[in-house]
Amino acid sequence: MSILVNKDTRVICQGITGKTGLFHSQKCREYGTQMVGGVTPGKGGTEIDGFPVFNTVEEAVRKTGANATMIFVPPPGAADAILEAEAAGIPVIIAITEGTPVLDMVRVHRRIQHSKSRLIGPNCPGVITPGQCKIGIMPGYIHKPGGVGLMSRSGTLTYEAVWQLSNLGLGQSTCVGLGGDPIVGTSFIDCLKMFQDDPQTEAILMMGEIGGNAEEKAAAYIKQHVTKPVAAFIAGRTAPPGKRMGHAGAIISGGAGTAADKVAALEAAGVVVAESPADMGTAMQRAIKNKRR
Amino acid sequence: MKIHEYQAKQLFREAQVPVPQGIVAKTPAEAAAAFKQLGGAIAVVKSQIHAGGRGKGTFKEHPQQRGVVLVRSAEEAEQNAARMLGSVLVTKQTGEEGKQVQTLLVEQGLDIARELYMGIVVDREFGGPVLMMSTEGGMEIEEVAAHSPEKILKEPVDIDYGLFAYQARNLAFKLGLEGNQIKNLELFLNKMCKFFLASDSSMVEVNPLVVTKSGDILALDGKVSFDDNALFRHEKLKALRDLSEENPFEVEAGDWGLSFVKLEGNIGCLVNGAGLAMSTMDLIKLHGGLPANFLDVGGGAKVDQVTKAFQIILSDKNVKAVLVNIFGGIMKCDTIVEALLGAYEKVGFNVPLVVRLEGTNVEMAREMLAKSGRPIISATDLTDAAKKVVASLKA
Repeated sequence: MSILVNKDTRVICQGITGKTGLFHSQKCREYGTQMVGGVTPGKGGTEIDGFPVFNTVEEAVRKTGANATMIFVPPPGAADAILEAEAAGIPVIIAITEGTPVLDMVRVHRRIQHSKSRLIGPNCPGVITPGQCKIGIMPGYIHKPGGVGLMSRSGTLTYEAVWQLSNLGLGQSTCVGLGGDPIVGTSFIDCLKMFQDDPQTEAILMMGEIGGNAEEKAAAYIKQHVTKPVAAFIAGRTAPPGKRMGHAGAIISGGAGTAADKVAALEAAGVVVAESPADMGTAMQRAIKNKRR
Repeated sequence: MKIHEYQAKQLFREAQVPVPQGIVAKTPAEAAAAFKQLGGAIAVVKSQIHAGGRGKGTFKEHPQQRGVVLVRSAEEAEQNAARMLGSVLVTKQTGEEGKQVQTLLVEQGLDIARELYMGIVVDREFGGPVLMMSTEGGMEIEEVAAHSPEKILKEPVDIDYGLFAYQARNLAFKLGLEGNQIKNLELFLNKMCKFFLASDSSMVEVNPLVVTKSGDILALDGKVSFDDNALFRHEKLKALRDLSEENPFEVEAGDWGLSFVKLEGNIGCLVNGAGLAMSTMDLIKLHGGLPANFLDVGGGAKVDQVTKAFQIILSDKNVKAVLVNIFGGIMKCDTIVEALLGAYEKVGFNVPLVVRLEGTNVEMAREMLAKSGRPIISATDLTDAAKKVVASLKA
């Protein structure tokens, strides 16, 4: 078991004829993901490097039986691509695109909230179940199958954490990049629920960052509902207030969403918080040990 | 992207949001003429910079001069303008270096009965834009939010319609408005929310929003920032950008697709990914150093972009050491090393350089570094990198 994706997941790529879309579709296929085709409006009926291309998501689903999509459509059309995937009934929608206008995402969010589809991202590295299915841009080889469920608002920081875990012999059940934008499809809480219910996931590592209150809400949820060991790291503990640090979400304003608030809330919920980004793996180790005592 | 108050008010006016009459002045003579043209007994002369706290702020050259002043004659307007224009205004939000005032807004005086607060932001929790109002206008709204959050009223803004009339009425009654004030607030908020949505704003703040003695409701101030990601569909708004308000290095970095923020320390950082970049800064601080910048080269930077990144970092005279931390995913480690060695040739490093590489093509990259013969300090992991760069400052 795992969450969201596994060896049976059939994946299409929206924006497959773009340079980035194609490159990562190839990388996912090399990893072992069942990449069954792609969508580029106007290029339907063609083929690119062995991938059949369709005009619409609806057609792609009908002809390939796809049940997940990876979106690389450029920002002006990204929200529309998500809505198209949702309308076609795709259960898992993973939007990699960075730079989607926030009001477009508000519109998407309203639809997706009441939908059977689950949206991951946008502006995220994707989702990987090691050894089974990789959907996204993360380097596959750093991952190892195992019992740690990982969720993060960041990209490369996630790789760093995975690397540390794998080097300590802690494999991962599924790693989920939630995305760094203000409005994303899946929250820490959604993900915590899935990890808590997944038998393969034995422990959870969460990587947050400054800004917003997602980490505080996750802490409250963990306290109430999560029995598995949890470790966390909050990026941006030393960032100056009011500065935008790349992610639209990572802004501290008016004292809300500071790293100190988040760390305090998580620790109060029994989460082991890594002091330094070099200790994310060992923090996970400590959390697992503590709970086993 | 931020804009000036006078630009915000012009946009408000076009969107039929009530604002006081005002005239832009770039010289003392224009300020005097504006006073006469407005024709009132009083006027307000306001410095135009991208920072708040202007009313309490003072000028470096004229410590007695405030950034916003009430004047009673054309002469007074002219004299104040002469002290303000070209001088450097320091407020709570500008930092010690302050900002030079190049433009003034001369505005009619109003008979103010009450000062309220209004703000609109996109909120994660609501999953969309939220309108906030408070009776505590003119004050530090962050203080109000921190100490008496019940005084901040919130209403979600419908992404397609804007604010419904009943929501505006609810707010009006809670704010204690009466008579024609209620209808006026409804109109004001209706237009303002439509402006927010139509312009792809990420934040609009009016503090204070004033109620005059005759019941009119006007935006006495206006702070607007637009969603950078949506500017591609707003050519007209793009033209409002004032580059002189931004750090020149940040502007240059932005032109090259790099995300750069200048900080106060002396350790230059080059990292891929925002989360890892923030964490690298955290780690430097944990080990007793101070980062000079945040620099995210992004996921798929090319050699020339990375070369530019090194140039920007090294052009900061405060930088006494550089730390490169790359976890290659899409970004290949050999690309970084190629750019790094190129930067040695083109820019020349006269400060210690610590490099930590991991991920895609790392073996090839390490070999390139070793063969280059450059005095590069290589680090095995995050902690090692932070320790080495801090130690290099003392050496």
